[in-house]
Amino acid sequence: FSPAQETLLQRVEKVDGGLDSQDVATSLGVDHQAIVGAVKSLQALGDVISAEQRSSKHWELTGEGCEIAEQGSHEARVVSSIPKEGMPQSQLMKLAFGKVGFSKAMSNKWIRLDKGHEGGPRIFKTVERLEDLVRDKLLLVQKGQASQLEEKEKNELKKRKLLSEVTVKSYWITKGSCFSTTITKQETELTPEMIASGSWKEKKFKPYNFEAMGVAPDCGHLHPLMKVRTQFRQIFLEMGFTEMPTNNFIESSFWNFDSLFQPQQHPARDQHDTFFLSDPAQAHEFPQDYLERVRKVHSEGGFGSQGYKYDWKIEEAQKNILRTHTTAVSARMLYKLAQQEKFTPVKYFSIDRVFRNETLDATHLAEFHQIEGVVADYGLTLGDLMGILHQFFNKLGITKLRFKPAYNPYTEPSMEVFSYHEGTVLNNGFLRCRSELTI
Amino acid sequence: MPTVSVKRDLLFHALGRTYTDEEFDELCFEFGLELDEITSEKDIISREQGDTKAEGASDVILYKIDVPANRYDLLCLEGLVRGLQVFKQKMEAPRYRRVSPVSSEPQRLVITEETTAVRPHAVAAVLRNITFTQERYDSFIELQEKLHQNVCRKRTLVAIGTHDLDTISGPFTYTAKPPGDIRFKPLNQAKEYTAQELMSLYKTDSHLRHYLHIIEDKPVYPVIYDSNGIVLSMPPIINGDHSKISLNTKNVFIECTATDLTKAKIVLDMMVTMFFQATELAYRKETLSADFINRKVGISESTEHIAQLLTKMCLRSEVMSDGEQIEVEIPPTRSDVIHACDIMEDAAMAYGFNNIPRTTPRTYTVANQLPLNKLSELLRQDLAAAGFTEALTFALCSQEDIADKLLKNISETRACHISNPKTAEFQVARTTLLSGLLKTVAANRKMPLPLRLFEISDVVLKDETKDVGARNNRRLCAVYYNKSPGFEVIHGLMDRVMQLLEVKPGQGNGYHIQAADDSTFFPGRCAEIFARGKSIGRLGVLHPDVINRFELTMPCSALDIDIEPFM
Repeated sequence: FSPAQETLLQRVEKVDGGLDSQDVATSLGVDHQAIVGAVKSLQALGDVISAEQRSSKHWELTGEGCEIAEQGSHEARVVSSIPKEGMPQSQLMKLAFGKVGFSKAMSNKWIRLDKGHEGGPRIFKTVERLEDLVRDKLLLVQKGQASQLEEKEKNELKKRKLLSEVTVKSYWITKGSCFSTTITKQETELTPEMIASGSWKEKKFKPYNFEAMGVAPDCGHLHPLMKVRTQFRQIFLEMGFTEMPTNNFIESSFWNFDSLFQPQQHPARDQHDTFFLSDPAQAHEFPQDYLERVRKVHSEGGFGSQGYKYDWKIEEAQKNILRTHTTAVSARMLYKLAQQEKFTPVKYFSIDRVFRNETLDATHLAEFHQIEGVVADYGLTLGDLMGILHQFFNKLGITKLRFKPAYNPYTEPSMEVFSYHEGTVLNNGFLRCRSELTI
Repeated sequence: MPTVSVKRDLLFHALGRTYTDEEFDELCFEFGLELDEITSEKDIISREQGDTKAEGASDVILYKIDVPANRYDLLCLEGLVRGLQVFKQKMEAPRYRRVSPVSSEPQRLVITEETTAVRPHAVAAVLRNITFTQERYDSFIELQEKLHQNVCRKRTLVAIGTHDLDTISGPFTYTAKPPGDIRFKPLNQAKEYTAQELMSLYKTDSHLRHYLHIIEDKPVYPVIYDSNGIVLSMPPIINGDHSKISLNTKNVFIECTATDLTKAKIVLDMMVTMFFQATELAYRKETLSADFINRKVGISESTEHIAQLLTKMCLRSEVMSDGEQIEVEIPPTRSDVIHACDIMEDAAMAYGFNNIPRTTPRTYTVANQLPLNKLSELLRQDLAAAGFTEALTFALCSQEDIADKLLKNISETRACHISNPKTAEFQVARTTLLSGLLKTVAANRKMPLPLRLFEISDVVLKDETKDVGARNNRRLCAVYYNKSPGFEVIHGLMDRVMQLLEVKPGQGNGYHIQAADDSTFFPGRCAEIFARGKSIGRLGVLHPDVINRFELTMPCSALDIDIEPFM
């Protein structure tokens, strides 16, 4: 423990109110920073002292000011350098203090200039003794007695760049709640040695700062969108839905569009909305009888439908694309289901990536995830569809839902789901879902 | 969804009452529409071009209503009003009848063979005793535009031409001629032009130039003449000035030329029914039972009530003599009704979707996870527990990303190429997850080191054995980016993954690594991983050139494995 700390404590003990750190530094003849250091380390020990930061202004001599304090003002030096017989002006001007000193000495009337003197203009002293007021003032400031000068005088010297006003930070030191002149070091942490020896019973421990944060654990993280996906997946599984294999981004137009009754000239099949593949450009395997049935329904109608009545082309259906919806997979699954000997009711789901070839902006990307659910059974109703959606959203904590009629080429009826809270309809961005019901 | 813009006050006047914005929004919701925006011409100009340009523009309130894509009958004010009025049971659905002209034979449109080369189909109709107000006229023109943009697929499938019947005389001829042989004064021009001249004239017209390509390169262009040789129109580009419609027009001749006859008929029906109750067109009839509707929707309503509900939707219905069946008449305005389930939907809409009781289906099923996804989910959790952070990157990228930047040749990659990318960022489907992760690191350079990222997701590879010629491959990829490459960290991660997959270190049935040469990695710092005798991937320190090309500055090590063999 440093002598500075001990002396400081002794001083604080003796005084009734408090001490200014600058004063302490001056009286001890040490650098103020040493006192500041002592203050800081005492503070670290606990509430031994309290130190309030203060700042005060204080006049100091500039470099030039110091020079003058030492050697006298320029004008005084001019006078003392001139001998009885005077000095040529040109010679005086050559001296370092000549220029500034000359004009000041002239205005003080300490010298006079004889312009017409033979051999050139000549300067003569007019006084023998002078009072170097400037130097005196500076000396006063140097001695710490700046208060004896008037503000006007100080500002004038400041203008001449001989004085500067300096802000000095100091501490006002008073006794703290645990003041004592003996410094006992406080421990920071319990150690195994202390536990073993029991020495912790005699030690004082530094208080914890409960305001600060702890150390953040260095852990890995899961992606927020994937966490949402996990949550939805869990909900589907809880509701008895089996996961479909959607690990095929590339799909044929047949499964993606035609088998879902989307006509071949539909705008969604445009170059603008769908990514087509140049390699591999075409799919080459289809269940032939099913393909024929699809062709028929599109062009002539069938199964109670009038169809779209146009020429259906297989070349269109063969075109490979990046799937625009996972419903293409659902179509494949339903086809498989239909091939079974005996029909069994199923509930399928998937959550996976789909693609669309659109201009990107702040809310639209070319790739996003789609959530899909399919229920196939006898006797399903629209009420059942809405019921399932209701339960699904319930598990997300969304209980208030409204359904709105919508249009979709391959679902009928179709609806959009809106969730609302006390009258306000929430933004139906990701909640806009198409509900598919196979009856 | 197409958007129709209507003047609110005109709409309310036609509906016979005013609504608050909320009330109208609610009405739209029930009917399946969406009130997208309430604005005015002034607002629109202000937003697009600034307040000064908007000075003096109209303040009249406009409703922008989103209409379902298959409801062509709701694309104009008249159609909307009609739909809503019938829905609210304020009026009966109109009946459209064809009438014969009082004094003469019906008009004829003769189609010649030449048109098969360019635009084979045409249908036409005549509307008599019309009165146009300015609003009606504007609405008429706008409906044509709406239909052109939507069901006509920008005039490629169908083009509509409307003419003042009293300025021309039938019979009319629809034919096709070489462009040099067609000469007429087009709409709003002062002199005559040949078809070729018109093609160049309209190249700079902001509206028409988009349609020129439809016939430009054909040897013959479509053209319609009257009996005196006057050109009515040159579809799908422009009408003739001679037969143009004005506010004084009393009788209208409508022609629709097309490449799709079904669509042409639908469009003609729309044009005709929207404004005028004076033509008969094909009404279709469907019979279904009340029970069918009740069962599908999940309600139990009487036959009479269901008939009423359908009538509210412009599908006039009557209970048949057996008390069970309903005969539904589908008007020409409802070309969207093509199956009994469409009728069922309309019944449900009229009932109100939100009035249907929500029930749970009795379908009992036991859920199964897809094994590949189950594995991925488990691995994800453990990789995060190991201190790595999950990234989610794009499946589409540029060719450089998977080839040049990884110091590989594109032909080695078995990548699938996109034929119509909008930008270079969508040229190929990724064959590796590494590029995405390195781009993620580059975007997060300012974050404190080390950066530890992973992704378990699909890449796409060509595969001739699949029906589409390609398949997805589920991979696990991790990178470690720090002042030192951290090979031992990535190696340790790989050991951990093997531990999780219950594959022990060692030859034979276990896993081991051996040195390998791979241009993506730093020479001597790359190893191939073998599990149960098969190569499953690589790990190593990335080559400095790769680091540079991804705009990174620190050393980086990476792990890339196929997890499908572990199911």
